[in-house]
Amino acid sequence: DARRTRGRRGVYRASLLCMKALANRGRLDSVSQQMASHPQYLESFLRTQHYILYMDGPLPVHYRHYIAIMAAARHHCRYLVSLHSAQFLLADGDPLWLQGLEAAPLRLQHLDHINKVLAHQPWLTARSHIQALLKTGEQCWSLAELVQAVVLLAHCHSLCSFVFGSGSDSDTTPTPRVHHGTPPGYCLCDAANGNTALSPSLAGPTEKAPRRREEDEAMFSADPSRFVTDPEFGYQEFARREEDHFQVFRVQDYSWEDHGFSLVNRLYSDIGHLLDERFRNVASLPFPHSPDLKRAIWNYIHCIYGIRYDDYDYGEVNRLLERGLKLYIKAVACYPDSSKTPLCPLSWAPVKASDKVHVNLLVMEARLQAELLYALRAITQYMIA
Amino acid sequence: MEKMTRVSGTVSGCTMFCHLDAPANAISVCRDATQVVVAGRNIFKIYGLEEDGFVERLNLRVGRKPSLNFSCADVMWHQMEENLLATAATNGAVVTWNLARPCRNKQEQLFTEHKRTVNKVCFHPTEVNMLLSGSQDGFMKCFDLRKKESVSTFSGQSESVRDVQFSIKDYFTFAASFENGNVQLWDIRRPDRYERMFTAHTGPVFCCDWHPEDRGWLATGGRDKMVKVWDMSTNRVKEIYCVQTIASVARVKWRPERRYHLATCSMMVDHNIYVWDVRRPFIPFATFEEHKDVTTGIVWRHQHDPYFLLSGSKDSTLYQHMFKDASRPVDRANPEGLCFGLFGDLAFAAKESLMSAPQSVGDVGRKTYPGGDRRYPIFFFKKPDVTEQFAQVSSALSVFESEAGSSVGMDWFINTAQSYLLSGKPFAELCEHNAQVAKRLNRPQESTTWTMLRIMFSEPANPSLSSNHNLNKSGNLPLVNSFSMKEMSAALNERNKENRQDNLHSLETNLNNNDENEETEGSEGQAEYLFGDAELDDDDLYSMEHDNQAAEEPEYLLPQEAFPLRHEIMDHPSAPEPVQEKPESPHVSGSEAESTCLTPMESFSLISVSQLLFSPHLPPKFFCPIVKEMLCYYAEQGDVQMAVSVLIVLGDRIRKEIDELTQEHWYMSYIDLLQRFELWNVSNEVIKLSTCGAIMCLNQTSTTLHINCSNCKRPMSNKGWICDRCHHCASVCAVCHHVVKGLFVWCQGCSHGGHLEHVMEWLKQSKHCPAGCGHLCEYT
Repeated sequence: DARRTRGRRGVYRASLLCMKALANRGRLDSVSQQMASHPQYLESFLRTQHYILYMDGPLPVHYRHYIAIMAAARHHCRYLVSLHSAQFLLADGDPLWLQGLEAAPLRLQHLDHINKVLAHQPWLTARSHIQALLKTGEQCWSLAELVQAVVLLAHCHSLCSFVFGSGSDSDTTPTPRVHHGTPPGYCLCDAANGNTALSPSLAGPTEKAPRRREEDEAMFSADPSRFVTDPEFGYQEFARREEDHFQVFRVQDYSWEDHGFSLVNRLYSDIGHLLDERFRNVASLPFPHSPDLKRAIWNYIHCIYGIRYDDYDYGEVNRLLERGLKLYIKAVACYPDSSKTPLCPLSWAPVKASDKVHVNLLVMEARLQAELLYALRAITQYMIA
Repeated sequence: MEKMTRVSGTVSGCTMFCHLDAPANAISVCRDATQVVVAGRNIFKIYGLEEDGFVERLNLRVGRKPSLNFSCADVMWHQMEENLLATAATNGAVVTWNLARPCRNKQEQLFTEHKRTVNKVCFHPTEVNMLLSGSQDGFMKCFDLRKKESVSTFSGQSESVRDVQFSIKDYFTFAASFENGNVQLWDIRRPDRYERMFTAHTGPVFCCDWHPEDRGWLATGGRDKMVKVWDMSTNRVKEIYCVQTIASVARVKWRPERRYHLATCSMMVDHNIYVWDVRRPFIPFATFEEHKDVTTGIVWRHQHDPYFLLSGSKDSTLYQHMFKDASRPVDRANPEGLCFGLFGDLAFAAKESLMSAPQSVGDVGRKTYPGGDRRYPIFFFKKPDVTEQFAQVSSALSVFESEAGSSVGMDWFINTAQSYLLSGKPFAELCEHNAQVAKRLNRPQESTTWTMLRIMFSEPANPSLSSNHNLNKSGNLPLVNSFSMKEMSAALNERNKENRQDNLHSLETNLNNNDENEETEGSEGQAEYLFGDAELDDDDLYSMEHDNQAAEEPEYLLPQEAFPLRHEIMDHPSAPEPVQEKPESPHVSGSEAESTCLTPMESFSLISVSQLLFSPHLPPKFFCPIVKEMLCYYAEQGDVQMAVSVLIVLGDRIRKEIDELTQEHWYMSYIDLLQRFELWNVSNEVIKLSTCGAIMCLNQTSTTLHINCSNCKRPMSNKGWICDRCHHCASVCAVCHHVVKGLFVWCQGCSHGGHLEHVMEWLKQSKHCPAGCGHLCEYT
């Protein structure tokens, strides 16, 4: 019965979290709804997301949303693109930028390359990319900004996988937020923090409001492809390229716990702890099957991205993961793009829906860590040279 | 001591390095300090340590395609058996190697019991056949090298094991550090349960090391960038030292023969090796800066020789560092520190040797200043260990308290804020009043400024009155000023003397600068020197008017000329020199008092004359650039109070001259100050009187209203819209059932309500409450 009470407490906690999110934003995104079956994870996920998007950091808020748009657009995730387009406008972003990547400032355009590489073939990330972005000049990035951008990109790419896996992308037009009582052009997080209705800054936005809302609506149907260059660039089998000069990434040489954490936490304070908590939480989620299966899934995803563990026998992957599950994982991790005809059938039907969410979470976190490892290793190499 | 001499005969050498073929993960040295083994993913070699360099002796990595068993995370050379080595493989194998084997492959035994990477192997210091391993899978295993399998398995029950170390003194004890921040002590005979466990760090503990001599001391290093020394000899494990480094600590090794020294290296970002004196945790005792990538392994070459350190690195080099070649950060660090406290106290830290002299002078000083002298030097002594040749570890800290109620405090600020009148009277009267206030508070410069403002901007309609009035006034004013000035400068002399005793010759330059900087803010001490300055300003203004008036008048604008003149004035002999000079005797300051009181005299005459001659003709606008300058000057001096007060009193006369942002900035600073001093009323008045939009709206922010939950009637403690206790949305609109975040209107009869617009719409259709309670709602 202890288990049952824990379960009940979990449900209770999840519903509380959802209610908070609902009350604060006027709507509950389907991502949170899906995750609600794992309240502990949901909490750390929401906290990380909130920290990256709204809290202290070197990048201005509208930049952050724009970067999120760029990242989501790589996978044609309409859901995230429209979500962040709306928030981009709410954060006083220039509506012009939403016409396409070429309308955005050069600085953001420069980020396109690393975005592309990280999204599809993260093993290509190299010191030279980092160097090019940090090279002093008018459009240069600072190391701290770049790290935040990279974390954002990785977060959004992996979130695309989750959205795709959980089928949330189908509701492409999120129901418009309830505007009653909350004046448009009004920052969401402010609303939660008390009475700001009389803020003088509202004097301006209210006149703009009607135009704004139209744009909002227009943006909801925005085509993600306008934020994408080189649309042909996609995932390629890492294994096939092994003969090339790309070496396998050895976790024993560069791991999240030993290396990635220290670097990212140094350059973007506290994010390391938040991400660490996410990875720990997903690892400690109660899994109805054997822990070996979990490890097999995690290592398989990393293997897809060229990251290998010395202490793992990869024969186990084939033993433990049935073909359907492998195909499903690969599709969710590498081709989370509903606009294209799926390369693999999504027929894997797990016993329970919660299993599916669990697998999706594993895919998302493993992918996030993989991208972070590649990006952070490139940054480390840049710093050493 | 006997050992020492024996050692010094066998070990010699210089700082040297050699290139490896691949990055190293760990190194270990054999007992007699003549050979070192380097292990990594793609390297496993033994080098001989010669007088002038490393010589490769043996490559243990054999076979065409070496297996992962050769990929080493750690290596250890047996300290009893010179042919025996053990490695921890990244694939989870524990391998032992026997150099005495006749064939090329020296591998002796292979234990593949761990499921995950083995992070650490450790031989027992005295027992030949005992080997311990710690792995990522959370288990530690003890092997008897005579058997094929482990003899016991220890389960830490707390994540991955990062380090295991046999105690050097206690035969049965070993320590293990874990990824979750714990450290456990085990008895090798009892595999069922640890003897002790404590949390040493937040985040992984990457390494630990027993003190070679002190039985109970264990040093641990973690990802939280700290090195901690624990005393295990007591009942409760106690942290006795803590060193804060700048990056996560990958390895820690006690320095032989030096009780308080340990060496550390980092896993990320920082490539240096540091040697710390744990008693002096803020600065490394020595640094080795040779590596170009992170250092992965450090080891003291001989267990009784403190002068040789070997290190391997990811940059594929192996170094022998000589202690004499180390860089000593202490030599480059500034050993003195000085800081002003919140209440004008002065704290000053310096090496003891420097401080011993002034102490005696300070005693003399005490006698000279019987009244209100509460200075006390505090000294922290740490007797340096005679056996160590290092720089003194001790500094002395002295704290000099300011006299109670002395001018260094901020009382003047509070007084001024409360007494100034900013509105409600005619302009001239406001100025007059404020001038009096400033004068009363011994702030002659401000006082004169107010007077000048009144003169400049008074209505030209009754010039005769104001100028007459002014004549009388100014007849008094400068005199009074010069009087108070003498007093003041005397007070300042005292302070100067005091300072002199505080810091004495060697530190004088340092202190002088600081002294000056600090005092400009918030003490009239400085202001009164500047008084002459400002006063002269006005003089020159008038005399210049005199010269240029005809030319300038049509334009109604005083162009740049005003500014160069101003700067010239800065060089006037009566300007701040005295402070910089640091008077050696009362004489100097005496003359300085004279010189300052001269200036107002001059100005007295000039003012009166110029008033008579020109005031009727000068439009107030004429002065705006100067007033603007003056405001900026005050603001830069840190007296934002003056700037804002003048801004408010002058109102439209000056407002357009100063850009909105600057004004806003001044207002913000002043309001912030006022609120810190809890002068809420004044701060509110200032907010009300301000003309900046951004400031005026301050009164509308943070007007938090605490409410009770409409459902459970208890206070809403958290931010947001959901009650903590009953988890219902607190203020739900009765019409649309959403949370009301803006204007909430409700019926006082039934206390139902909602969004203003919704309720209005509803009432058009129905008179009944939208909540369905049947009440006939009434709204006014």
